[in-house]
Amino acid sequence: MEFLSYLISGISLGSIYAIIALGYTMVYGIAKMLNFAHGDIIMIGGYVSFCSMYYLNLPPIVATLLAVIACTVLGIVIERLAYAPLRSAPSLAVLITAIGVSYFLQNSALLIWKAAAKTYPPVVAGAVQLFNGQLTISYISLLTIAACIVIMLALTTFVSKSKMGKAMRACSEDKGAAQLMGINVNSTISATFAIGSALAAIAGVLLCSFNTSLMPTTGSMPGIKAFTAAVFGGIGSIPGAFLGGLLLGIIEALAKAYISTQLANSIVFAVLIVVLLVKPAGLLGKIVPEKV
Amino acid sequence: MFGKLVPVPSGAVIPERDIGKRPILNCINLGVTFGGLKAVDDFNLMIGRTEIAGLIGPNGAGKTTVFNLLTKVYQPTHGTILLDGQDTHNMTTAQVNRAGIARTFQNIRLFNDLTVEENVTVAMDAQMKYSMVSGIFRLPSFWKEEKVAHERALELLSLFHMQDLANVKAGSLPYGAQRRLEIVRALATNPSLLLLDEPAAGMNPSETAELMENIRKIRDTFQIAIMLIEHDMNLVMNICEGICVLNFGRVIAKGSPEEIQSNPVVIEAYLGKQKEA
Repeated sequence: MEFLSYLISGISLGSIYAIIALGYTMVYGIAKMLNFAHGDIIMIGGYVSFCSMYYLNLPPIVATLLAVIACTVLGIVIERLAYAPLRSAPSLAVLITAIGVSYFLQNSALLIWKAAAKTYPPVVAGAVQLFNGQLTISYISLLTIAACIVIMLALTTFVSKSKMGKAMRACSEDKGAAQLMGINVNSTISATFAIGSALAAIAGVLLCSFNTSLMPTTGSMPGIKAFTAAVFGGIGSIPGAFLGGLLLGIIEALAKAYISTQLANSIVFAVLIVVLLVKPAGLLGKIVPEKV
Repeated sequence: MFGKLVPVPSGAVIPERDIGKRPILNCINLGVTFGGLKAVDDFNLMIGRTEIAGLIGPNGAGKTTVFNLLTKVYQPTHGTILLDGQDTHNMTTAQVNRAGIARTFQNIRLFNDLTVEENVTVAMDAQMKYSMVSGIFRLPSFWKEEKVAHERALELLSLFHMQDLANVKAGSLPYGAQRRLEIVRALATNPSLLLLDEPAAGMNPSETAELMENIRKIRDTFQIAIMLIEHDMNLVMNICEGICVLNFGRVIAKGSPEEIQSNPVVIEAYLGKQKEA
């Protein structure tokens, strides 16, 4: 029973990683860049929802919606201002810009909301008791897992079926050819950032509800973990991000429970190293052999 | 260096049936320089509305560069491109495509992870009208257009007898089929001018013969202009009505296949100058 409860908390933590990793992987897959500011968009989503609930007394669902809108707009603006001008620059320049954006967001949050941690009111409270009270699952865990599954299914359908999804896959393979087939690459990339940032906002609300606290660096560690999850599953692959996120959450939770709380993060990253040694493209990633 | 340029007025290569109609393409003094190197210089060409035109020349003459200028992959440093009378000066690559120029590539550039049908429909999408909203909520307009796209894709594929391969990943097709799919994908953008960059490259003689038939069939079915870069002289001389010869970025000759074949300047560019006896 104890194991089951650790497993469930691992799955719900993993679901949050998965939602963040989906954003990472979409942006990487289509824009071919690592958006290291992704974790900080989560934090902004957290603050926007916090302020709407705390200062404006809005219901959690409205607060989440506001966070989604704010982050979507923020994501598009960041892409347009910081990344789009570097579209043909070497990838290192874009990477460094992304790190810069990350610090910019963190420090802006520090200025606006100060360094002290805020107590975040969970968007849903309470828990369900199973097996005569032996197993307690909080509603927020259930909500997180459900949200992750819904997002994963919606995203897969969107990418495989919709016109924009098709354009995204085309851009992911060959932007030049896509342009020559009349596809507007800039708006396709903008749409990708919009989706990734909207997911980040949802992840932000869930993460803060999970941790019940919020500060300007809230997004960094989950951001890095989710990036790890995306690489773990095979970066660029949507099911890969989902699987990587879940596994990472489960490994982390079980390591915390049975091995050592302090070592949990080290174990997570050690597993990543082993997986990459065996499968360099990640669990579901494809190795494209070079034609000689 | 090349002797006297053969005086061919720039309109002379247009087939008789297209005379009197506005040419689909008119390049005026088109050129591009890359850091002092004039890759294409003073390029003038007119193509009739239903013409099959050839662009030939030795390796490195600037043929693909001309295609890249026409499709705005490179921005011309000088000159004007009139596409059906419309100046493409301010257009992006995607806009030029929507305005009517579609192309294939010297080295195949299909979307390998998309299916054959998706490769075709993704090229149609820019023309589709349903909005993101009706796409998300699957409104009737979405289904209607998706159905039209599906049917049109199969129709285009059947032109090259590829309808049975619709659900196969493009990357797993054999080479010849990939080349054909590139042409179908370009046609799916509904062009008025189709640019084919070495369509017969890597093909055996029977495949080339089939390709020739197909190029004619495309022109006859869609009533569009086709311009092709090709090294297979048999193909060029057989299906092109007007031919333009480039060397070192400059037009050295223009005319009908007969005129080009007997043009001493062209022969010299291809084979080198004959030693004087």
